[in-house]
Amino acid sequence: MKARVYVMLKNGVLDPQGAAVQHALGALGFDGVSGVRQGKVIELDLAGTDADAAKAQVTEMCEKLLANTVIENYSIEIV
Amino acid sequence: MRAGVVVFPGSNCDRDMAVALKNAGFDVSMIWHKNTDLPSGLDVIAIPGGFSFGDYLRVGAIAARSPICQSVIRFADAGGYVFGVCNGFQVLTETGLLPGALLRNAGLKYVCRHESLTVRSTNSAYTGGYSAGQQITVPIAHHDGNYNLPQDDVARLFDEDRVAFTYDNNPNGSVADIAGVLSENRRVLGMMPHPERLAEEAHGGTDGKPFFANLFDQFVSA
Repeated sequence: MKARVYVMLKNGVLDPQGAAVQHALGALGFDGVSGVRQGKVIELDLAGTDADAAKAQVTEMCEKLLANTVIENYSIEIV
Repeated sequence: MRAGVVVFPGSNCDRDMAVALKNAGFDVSMIWHKNTDLPSGLDVIAIPGGFSFGDYLRVGAIAARSPICQSVIRFADAGGYVFGVCNGFQVLTETGLLPGALLRNAGLKYVCRHESLTVRSTNSAYTGGYSAGQQITVPIAHHDGNYNLPQDDVARLFDEDRVAFTYDNNPNGSVADIAGVLSENRRVLGMMPHPERLAEEAHGGTDGKPFFANLFDQFVSA
């Protein structure tokens, strides 16, 4: 089983990298991009087969390490 | 008086930190990150600058979960003195010992230069050797020094006199120009600028020296 964790900066936290990407897109002629936020995706290979247990376990991983909840939100997808 | 300097893979200011502490009079032990126990009788622990664990995932994140950091957290929770400089500041925010988080510099560039700071709080073992409002010059060298904290918490930090230093010319986008903060019990300090890099005549300046001298005096007079 795979789990995919999406980690994004919280709304309101300045994302200078996203802003730089937005600027570069504008420079390439892509109009109408009114915002870019850059985050990360973490893929985990898990041994178990119980999706609920996996989600609980990955939630704990996010709280303890994968995300810094002071500045980041996370979401989990079990694949 | 005994000081410990924690060494992670990727720490690179650990020896400079040890020299500054030794020059102030401390007996210094280097503490490898895989150790679970701290040397006995430590008065203060320093978390040095560098790029611990390559700054993978987030700056300071992996170091903050290392075995030794669990002992550092217990030491601080028991009222111990702990300070972190640069990457050490990032590690301390990741442990939760200090509020906030350090993000990529607003200008996206690594910034390495001397920076003018204002001493905001002299009410700590680290800053008691300066006078309030004093301007000092301390080198910075970081890519992720953009201190982030919700506005309410920023106001609280100022109300509680827990902002140790502010930048005179904000180099990284830090909220309210904050360069260094203190914990609630004022015994844990984190700062991005490097006082250990300007602590003897040969460095070209000694504005960092009172930081270490006052820290040492704190334990002598205690």
